[in-house]
Amino acid sequence: MGRKNILSLLILAGVILALPLGLGNSYYLNVLVFVGIYSLITIGLSLLMGYTGQISLGHAAFFGLGAYTSGVLSTKFGVSPWLALLAGIFVTGGIAFLIAAPALKLKGHYLAMATLAFGYIVFIVFNQASSLTGGPSGFGQIPRFRLGNFLLRSDVHYYYLVWTLVIVVLLVSLNIIHSRVGRALRSIHEGELTANIMGVNTAKYKIQVFVLSAVYASLAGSLYAHFITFLNPTPFGFHFSIVLVAMVAVGGMASVWGAMIGAALLTILPEYLRAFQDYDILIYGSILLLIMMFLPQGLFAGILRLIKKER
Amino acid sequence: MLTIRNLRSYYGRMQALKGVSLHVEEGEIVALIGANGAGKTTLLNSIVGLVPSLTGQILFLNADITHQSPREIIRMGVSLVPEGRQLFAPLTVMENLTLGAYQRYRRKEKSKIKSDLDTIFERFPVLKERRSQVAGTLSGGEQQMLAIGRALMSGPKFLLLDEPSMGLAPLIAAHIFQIISQLHQQGTTILLVEQNAAAAFKVSNRTYVIETGRVVLQGASEELLHNQEVKRAYLGREYKEVWE
Ligand SMILES: Nc1ncnc2c1ncn2[C@@H]1O[C@H](COP(=O)(O)OP(=O)(O)O)[C@@H](O)[C@H]1O
Ligand SMILES: [Mg+2]
Repeated sequence: MGRKNILSLLILAGVILALPLGLGNSYYLNVLVFVGIYSLITIGLSLLMGYTGQISLGHAAFFGLGAYTSGVLSTKFGVSPWLALLAGIFVTGGIAFLIAAPALKLKGHYLAMATLAFGYIVFIVFNQASSLTGGPSGFGQIPRFRLGNFLLRSDVHYYYLVWTLVIVVLLVSLNIIHSRVGRALRSIHEGELTANIMGVNTAKYKIQVFVLSAVYASLAGSLYAHFITFLNPTPFGFHFSIVLVAMVAVGGMASVWGAMIGAALLTILPEYLRAFQDYDILIYGSILLLIMMFLPQGLFAGILRLIKKER
Repeated sequence: MLTIRNLRSYYGRMQALKGVSLHVEEGEIVALIGANGAGKTTLLNSIVGLVPSLTGQILFLNADITHQSPREIIRMGVSLVPEGRQLFAPLTVMENLTLGAYQRYRRKEKSKIKSDLDTIFERFPVLKERRSQVAGTLSGGEQQMLAIGRALMSGPKFLLLDEPSMGLAPLIAAHIFQIISQLHQQGTTILLVEQNAAAAFKVSNRTYVIETGRVVLQGASEELLHNQEVKRAYLGREYKEVWE
């Protein structure tokens, strides 16, 4: 996995542990819970986009499927939130497999189009299946997680839960990237035909990574549902799928660290820009544009280059 | 070792090969020459299973591999050095070579792979020197050596080379042909696609000439070299350069 990555992970774990001491049970901690939840999704997306070169415009739907499976099962059927989270993973992973198998066999932008259409369909289902989902107005009173008898109530509790899972997902992903499989994935990105003549089963890997990234998104969705305790379809629409892709692009596709930086920036930035009121969208857009113009490889690669220059 | 019967390959409705038959015996080095667009690359790609739409028959070691996947064909001992090298540019030399042995790691041949790697580093010392360098930053000749090394990492019995001298300075091209000759002498059967017909004749036992998807001439390379028609069509200016 490389010494640098292990070191980075340790530093990250240290920062995560220490941050709440400084921030207390504040609004910032709440934002950081969201950064963690979105990081889970972007880490998976960076595996898909940055390592295998596939684009998904439907990951908000996988996020939503995890959230709704978790929310509906635990609220309407009394399933424990942990079991509901697991069920979400299986449901979402299964659906992702069903889409990926045909879409990934085709070349080019078919996956992007298929996921786009899929995202719309899921969004419509969330709105229309009102007996289960409460339709556009949604439903609430979703139970929170418990650890034994301990109920996770506050932002701090969720902060630690979410970020522990981020570390686990990072560990799993870094291990994949630095294995024989990771090399195979990169070879697919560089040239699928050539990867084929190395004997890489390109179709199988593309499907597996797609399913894995959907599972990460589902996990994020379940955490979201049992944290917010209220669900309606709005956060799971096309718009958020695009935001997710933007997070990965801004942070740097070919790195899970970049994906996290992108998630952090695009979550925190709008909070600060609220002060500019009506101009916030304009400033937000300009910042993204500037980053992509001057750091096309993303923020992470840009920062790395700066560090190297300093030496 | 390889027998192709009446092979027709298609890109959509376009027919790129119009009934090609050829054979390569074990221990031979056979050249395939022809103008741009004649179908040489299509033929090699068809052999390794990269062309999805084809009819006819391809036999390798008496097994029918016509509709097998690239993975299965490579596992049987066929390896392709593709046209234009097709290295994984942002990956290091070592990672490129490791990907060449991708199939074998699953089969747990670690010690054999290690010894093959040593042999490749002996053959191409420059690759050993640059093993942690990114492939995209190598010179043209080094890239071709890496492409050949990567293909050898799968431990092939039968090596397909698609225009290995393309874009190389004459001296470096000559060095690559020398390496091909050595590989052949050390027991690898080779099918060599070349535009540089003179050089191809020199290293090969037999030659096939292909024109717009058909084999139009075949024979011992020695004989074809003196064939008037071949001289005119394929050796022209190039031929003079080599021999004057
Ligand atoms: N991927 C492809 N799709 C469509 N046509 C192709 C493709 N590859 C090659 N061709 C066509 O097939 C014919 C043979 O090409 P090719 O095998 O590359 O020739 P050569 O290697 O001898 O230069 C040419 O007419 C070429 O335009
Ligand atoms: Mg060609």
